[in-house]
Amino acid sequence: MSTQSTRLAARLMVAPSVFVLFIWMIVPLAMTLYFSFRFYRLLTPERSGWVGLTHYTWFLNSPDFWLALFNTLALVGGVLVITVILGVLIALLIDQPVKGQGMLRILVIAPFFVMPPVAASIWENLFMHPQNGLFSAIARGFGAQPILFLENYPLMSVIGIVSWEWLPFATLIFLTALQSLSSEQLEAAEMDGASPLNRFRYIILPHLTRAITVVILIQTIFLLGIFGEIFTTTQGGPGSASTTLPYMIFKQAIVAKDIGRAAAGGIIAVILANIVAYFLMRGIGRHLDN
Amino acid sequence: MARAASPRRKFLTTLAAWAVALVIFFPVLWMILTSFKTEASAVAMPPEFLSADWTFENYETVWSRSDYPRFFWNSVVISVGSTLLGLAIAIPAAWAMAFVPGKRTKDLLMWMLSTKMMPAVAVMIPLYLVFQRTGLFDTKLGLVLALMLMNLPIIIWMLYTYFKEIPGEILEAARMDGASLWNEIVYVLTPMALPGIASTMLLNIILAWNEAFWTIVLTTTKAAPLSAFIASFSAPQGLFYAKLSAASAMAILPILILGWFSQKQLVRGLTFGAVK
Amino acid sequence: MKISHRALLGATVSLTLAGAALAETTITVATVNNGDMVRMQGLMDDFNAKHPDIKVEWVTLEENVLRQNVTTDIATGGGQYDVITIGTYEVPIWGKQGWLTSLNDLPAEYDVDDLLPAIRGGLTVDGNLYAAPFYGESSMVMYRKDLMEAAGLTMPDAPTWADIEKAAAAMTNRDAEINGVCLRGKAGWGENMAFLTAMSNSFGARWFDENWNPQFDQPEWKATLDFYLNLMNNYGPAGASNNGFNENLTLFQQGKCGMWIDATVAASFVTGKDSTVADKVGFALAPDNGLGKRGNWLWAWSLAIPSSSDAQDAAKTFIDWATNKDYLALVASKEGWANVPPGTRTSLYSNEEYAKVPFAKMTLDSINSADPTNPTVKPVPYVGVQFVAIPEFQGLGTTVGEIFSAALAGQKTADQALAEAQAAVTDEMKAAGYIQ
Repeated sequence: MSTQSTRLAARLMVAPSVFVLFIWMIVPLAMTLYFSFRFYRLLTPERSGWVGLTHYTWFLNSPDFWLALFNTLALVGGVLVITVILGVLIALLIDQPVKGQGMLRILVIAPFFVMPPVAASIWENLFMHPQNGLFSAIARGFGAQPILFLENYPLMSVIGIVSWEWLPFATLIFLTALQSLSSEQLEAAEMDGASPLNRFRYIILPHLTRAITVVILIQTIFLLGIFGEIFTTTQGGPGSASTTLPYMIFKQAIVAKDIGRAAAGGIIAVILANIVAYFLMRGIGRHLDN
Repeated sequence: MARAASPRRKFLTTLAAWAVALVIFFPVLWMILTSFKTEASAVAMPPEFLSADWTFENYETVWSRSDYPRFFWNSVVISVGSTLLGLAIAIPAAWAMAFVPGKRTKDLLMWMLSTKMMPAVAVMIPLYLVFQRTGLFDTKLGLVLALMLMNLPIIIWMLYTYFKEIPGEILEAARMDGASLWNEIVYVLTPMALPGIASTMLLNIILAWNEAFWTIVLTTTKAAPLSAFIASFSAPQGLFYAKLSAASAMAILPILILGWFSQKQLVRGLTFGAVK
Repeated sequence: MKISHRALLGATVSLTLAGAALAETTITVATVNNGDMVRMQGLMDDFNAKHPDIKVEWVTLEENVLRQNVTTDIATGGGQYDVITIGTYEVPIWGKQGWLTSLNDLPAEYDVDDLLPAIRGGLTVDGNLYAAPFYGESSMVMYRKDLMEAAGLTMPDAPTWADIEKAAAAMTNRDAEINGVCLRGKAGWGENMAFLTAMSNSFGARWFDENWNPQFDQPEWKATLDFYLNLMNNYGPAGASNNGFNENLTLFQQGKCGMWIDATVAASFVTGKDSTVADKVGFALAPDNGLGKRGNWLWAWSLAIPSSSDAQDAAKTFIDWATNKDYLALVASKEGWANVPPGTRTSLYSNEEYAKVPFAKMTLDSINSADPTNPTVKPVPYVGVQFVAIPEFQGLGTTVGEIFSAALAGQKTADQALAEAQAAVTDEMKAAGYIQ
């Protein structure tokens, strides 16, 4: 299908995107790399100079670093598991012949429209608050002690909030995937006496593979960088129980104003993200091919 | 999957589906209800569902305290502008990658996605400096560019998956008939890809509308969008949940309405690409 | 001929000047979204009437976000803001860096000598006033008179920590959801560490000795943290490790705290319209341990002009308007005396009308009893009551704050927390070059 001239035309059509993205990537990356070897604190500009690998070793030696790494992966993994499983189940449910499907869809995707800091603030103050939250009221109603979400289960609480934000996205994609599934196939299977579980296992799930891949890829990219929700709710605490790598960087960049250290953290995060992306592509990338 | 179902089953599934949807929607509903309560009533224990002192006071306060129309307009310009500009750059690229794939197309796509993996906080100072020195700081153009570049990989990637669904034979047939590349794109490809483009557009407008880090870091007054508007109502001294809820409701309402009217389009477009 | 030329030239110059004076100058004012600042924005008609040639653009943001944006701007010479709202912590550091314009040339009517000495001292570096205080605060004990009475106790005007513990024990009633005492537990240099650092002063502790060696391994800090954890675990609210100023304010307003030791500014809120206990609140000085220092801090939200601003004169005019005596009178006439920005001017406290405000005297006494240049029992190399005025403190304070917050949440013992704090602060002070 491709002649010499279409090949050239195709190159020209891709070129602008590649060019702007390359600039967009390389300029901050080069500056970050440069800063990561420099002493650069916003509030003490009189001190500067090369520091070698000090910032990198600081991160790797920090007692919080490995915990932060674990928390980052736990956050990404936890949200992915919850949104994919619940997303598929909810999509299956809403895909049934039900009354008011259009309205249902709007209700289900509404959380996607709420700005993340607002969503986090609402959950923290109106739901999880130990004295004034709705959950605490419910617990008291049953005569139980309110659960201290942000104090005792900080990472799980953050995962819960972020899952709520991303569930609509996953559900929507699965729902639309389901709607393209041919009903003949399912009916035929039903006639043949396949149990609902088997129908799901052998017909629906394979059909959803590509949609699941899309959800996992896009969400992973967004989730790897999350810190706003943590900042609003637990501030990485108590202690560092809910500190992720981006939040650790956030603390260095914005609280301590240590740009050099934050830059080193950024480079480490990029390396981590690429490792994750590599395994992700090996694991599920093939589903993207036709 | 519209199959005949027994009325009993339909009733039960309807019930279950609505229950689930309401649970998911409840926090948004609760936020909207809170926006009509007084501050004291918003944190009252036990929670007040129907007995609250309903009031418009929060909306009046929020409206009078800040220049909502300006923030709103900035949000519109920035999210729509960045999306349209992104589409203009992404459509040819996605087309080329989908229909003239090379050996490295997959790698190129992955590389594009990987540009999104640098944590925003780590590049805050570098980007801030770049924006300051180039005069893009606190301009709508600057934010349009930043958000466009931020979302460009997602746009290209979604369009790529949509375009790949279009059978290559149709294009070949068109080419046989002597259609030029331009005609091919305008008359054959675009109509078939329109749902995909529309849903990509909507999704990106939402993503840009909700972006709340760069839009605050890279603006002061002239280009500040609704995220900055919200940040002026969160966590001041004293009770603020009702006012924050009102400000949030004002910020999400436009996008909720847009989503409401376009959800069929959104759903259709998504089906087109994400599903095989 | 020559003369007429010069006359012509002079005429042109004066014409140009007149034109410039009429042209509108726009200034960008960055401010936190606290009540007093929001009120100021509502009173802008007065400013606009007096200065029609100056147009004010507001950037109103939540405290953390504002601090982040303003710091980035000033440290990189961005010049986006003409007036910024900063606190007692930033002013000495930024002033020393040459980032702020000196306000020594404010007009005589401004009466700079009327500013409260403690507040003015905190905003002055080497004889230069670098920021004008918008409102000042210290911290004090706010308590429920009705609960104290029911418990058969009276709160002294100047309580000791032992008095506080006794009162907390007597007022705590878990079944009625009343916690004897609510204190800050949320991690942050401006949250739990503001409280704990001020508290530690009254226990004789200090952050650093004269040679910048961290002192968390000393018995005074151990005594501070033990007392705090014991008080909070026995008489504090559940989930306190996530409570900052605002969370505690809400709890107190809802009647769920017997006592609350926090900013004097809170007094107008706990006695205000959102409070369910408005008529039952008493005030006392922050507690001490008889060592000569009280556990109260000193802070002033102040207006300053970045050196990078290109509208210095207009900015100065604005600051004069927003912090002079007329402004206080203006607020009083429109919103009542209780809503006047407190804690900046001596004249306010000699005003008979203002003396009727229930918390006026205790606020003044608290501010006067704080001494940022001599904050601790033992000598220290730094200034600042609830902070250490070095650039590194935001990072240090937040790190230690997280460790102490984890101790409050029960994840660590006091000894573990102190050992961790000592190690972390020692590392940072080495990295910053204070100690070898």
